[in-house]
Amino acid sequence: MTELTIDNLNVWFGHGRDRVDAVKGATFSVEKGESFGLVGESGSGKSTILRAITGLVSTWSGQITVAGKPLGPKRDRAFYKTVQMVFQDPYASLHPRHSVDQVLGETLYLHGLGDIDKRVSKLLDDVGLGGKFRFRYPHQLSGGQRQRVAIARALAGEPEVLLLDEPTSALDVSVQAEILNLLTDLREDRGLTYLMVSHDLAVVGHMCERLAVMKGGEIVEVMSADALRHNQATHPYSQALLQASIGG
Amino acid sequence: MSETQTLRAWLLTDAPTSRRHAKLASLYKGWLSLRSNSMAMFGLAILIILGLIAAAAPLLAPHDPFFQDLGNRLGPLGAEDHVLGTDSLGRDILSRLIYGSRITLYIVTLVALIAPIAGLLVGTVSGYAGGWIDMILMRITDIFLAFPRLVLALAFVAALGAGIENAVLAISLTAWPPYARIARAETLTIRSSDFISAIRLQGAGPLRIITKHIWPLCISSLIVRVTLDMAGIILAAAGLGFLGLGAQPPSPEWGAMISEGRRFILDYWWVATMPGLAIFTVSLAFNLLGDGLRDVLDPKDSGQ
Amino acid sequence: MTLLDVENLWVKFPTRQGIFDAVRGVSFTLGRERLGIVGESGSGKSMTGRAILRLIRPPGIVTADHITLEGQDLMTLSERDMRDVRGQKISMVMQDPKFSLNPVMTIGDQIIEAYRLHSKSTKAQAYDKAIAMLEAVAIRDAARVMRAYPHEMSGGMGQRIMIAMMLIPNPKILIADEPTSALDVSVQRQVLSIMDKLVTERGMGLIFISHDLNLVSEFCDRVLIMYAGRIVEVCDAANLHEAQHPYTRGLLNSLPRLDAPRKRLEVLKRDPAWSEAPSVGGRQ
Repeated sequence: MTELTIDNLNVWFGHGRDRVDAVKGATFSVEKGESFGLVGESGSGKSTILRAITGLVSTWSGQITVAGKPLGPKRDRAFYKTVQMVFQDPYASLHPRHSVDQVLGETLYLHGLGDIDKRVSKLLDDVGLGGKFRFRYPHQLSGGQRQRVAIARALAGEPEVLLLDEPTSALDVSVQAEILNLLTDLREDRGLTYLMVSHDLAVVGHMCERLAVMKGGEIVEVMSADALRHNQATHPYSQALLQASIGG
Repeated sequence: MSETQTLRAWLLTDAPTSRRHAKLASLYKGWLSLRSNSMAMFGLAILIILGLIAAAAPLLAPHDPFFQDLGNRLGPLGAEDHVLGTDSLGRDILSRLIYGSRITLYIVTLVALIAPIAGLLVGTVSGYAGGWIDMILMRITDIFLAFPRLVLALAFVAALGAGIENAVLAISLTAWPPYARIARAETLTIRSSDFISAIRLQGAGPLRIITKHIWPLCISSLIVRVTLDMAGIILAAAGLGFLGLGAQPPSPEWGAMISEGRRFILDYWWVATMPGLAIFTVSLAFNLLGDGLRDVLDPKDSGQ
Repeated sequence: MTLLDVENLWVKFPTRQGIFDAVRGVSFTLGRERLGIVGESGSGKSMTGRAILRLIRPPGIVTADHITLEGQDLMTLSERDMRDVRGQKISMVMQDPKFSLNPVMTIGDQIIEAYRLHSKSTKAQAYDKAIAMLEAVAIRDAARVMRAYPHEMSGGMGQRIMIAMMLIPNPKILIADEPTSALDVSVQRQVLSIMDKLVTERGMGLIFISHDLNLVSEFCDRVLIMYAGRIVEVCDAANLHEAQHPYTRGLLNSLPRLDAPRKRLEVLKRDPAWSEAPSVGGRQ
């Protein structure tokens, strides 16, 4: 069953002479329970696709279908319960004056869930933080701990799809491993569908079954992670990217 | 001793155990960094003393501030029974200063409540909504900014009649636009940050985002700005009093006292100088405290 | 030949909870080689680089038995003399070129100013030198770039310009603090190979500070691995993948690898003994 379909998606910023086309005619689909990667260099439009899906960018055309329902210009509550996002920079994605408890409590309240107290501690346990972090403020947490809180927040509404925008690029490699393992476990336990954006081919190769390579706003190639591993990329740009990231 | 040590450790913990604990701990840390700024503590001390004087005015004042003794006009400094002398109607200047602190605090408190809150409302709504709402609100702000402050207050008081309440209203009316500007600028940067995007993705509406997520970050810079502006507000109130448009005689408002003393300033300099010194001291105290608060509250530094 | 000799370097920051030691007694030497310093954030690697140039601002405190550059102890120099060392003898390239270049001056003016600050030369000489340097960092159309402003440059271009600027006064040592972390992978290699070529040609010493183990093992001769302000291991860059210390091993194993897919990544188990063990000397 297909969870997420993007068909001929165009995203632009500005208008008239200042118009910049960030995404041009992107088409791909993600199966339920699958993990799909978007790879490309900065400015290739990979994060913009996520922002168009979530409605954070409103200037787009084409068709986005989530769980069988085509999306209109406005997102409703049901959408936010289905799709959630984890942002790149854990230092920017948490409110500096809100404690972990406030962040998660408010999110649960917004999703209309009861028994908030119990759910907050359950969420913290699920992301491997535990109760002692509950009343801390972001400045009392390390980067990895912050990203765990951000993941807990994304999971609060029990979504089906997680959009991951370079979730580990701001973290140290040892912390990256912990977060990637957490994401792997969560996907298994909850049957989540991932759409993951990264510039790191190794991370995408590790996390995703299939991936799309983007360049200049266009998808140049969609392939399986196995094909990537066995050096079967056909497009010259994908090959160049692969060369650059394994070195040599 | 050991008990205070553990209380201190409890307050300085990095792993609070409850909501209240977390709040108290972050307040205590803010207090510690404010306390390490000796100039700010000096300012705070003056303001606390001012508050105490205002509260205990009837106990502290040696005389009735309104009691006239025409036989003892313009008494010199250090005169028996009148330490700071007497004014043109023979009233004790020290007592009038002490009672005047109540008026000063009254004005300062009211303006500090009205102007920043109005500015915060206008600024954050304008900044978050954008588009034509932003246009309209900001042009209104510009119109108020374009008037000279004292002149607008003058016109307002002249229209509504002289009196302390109207003076407060007039000052607030001219004081809010800068706060709106600050709040809008802050909102514009906060609006595009990831944590606002994140809460939008939880389905939060604009009202919740503005009140719960944007206000807490704007308020600290507004508090700092208000304390720094306090000196100006006191001076504006004094200015209105001086021009006879603020507090009315025989009310012991400091500005009005200077105004009265002005006529004798060459021969009896202390009559105008003493209230002037009082205004100067309180303004300075607010400025010092504001500087200290800026170091503590500035959200840009509190991240680490 | 030893260019730089650092003995027992400490960087301390007083905090409310007491003194925080960012760097704790680090010793190493640098010859005409490419020395990598790797570690995670907070390991003190950047602080080490900055401390050599005495760029730690108060209230931070730097102490060392000595930091000797060509027989001169940098710790004893006055701030005024130190300014001549910075740039002239030791240059530094920072992570993000956007913050290192002046946004309201053309690139040409900035390079020329930097050059004339250190050498007495006419404007025309400085201009020719600047063009030559830009060409050396593989910038085509150098004359056009000279007239451009920093915001017109891409990240990779900006970083190459920074390298050009830093190398003009012919320093003995270049300290590169995460010079390519802000760049895309394809640009990364290009910038590094340019830096590598210039440093090798001129017989300079390079201190390359990075969190990226693969990059360091590829571009350096020797690697110091830092943990909690101390050096836990020193090894030849080529043999980095056979490193012995459990911390280094843990870092290497926690990297996802395209050629060896695993379901779960190995997680680094931190041993408190690592930060207690005395610093390993990085002398040669």
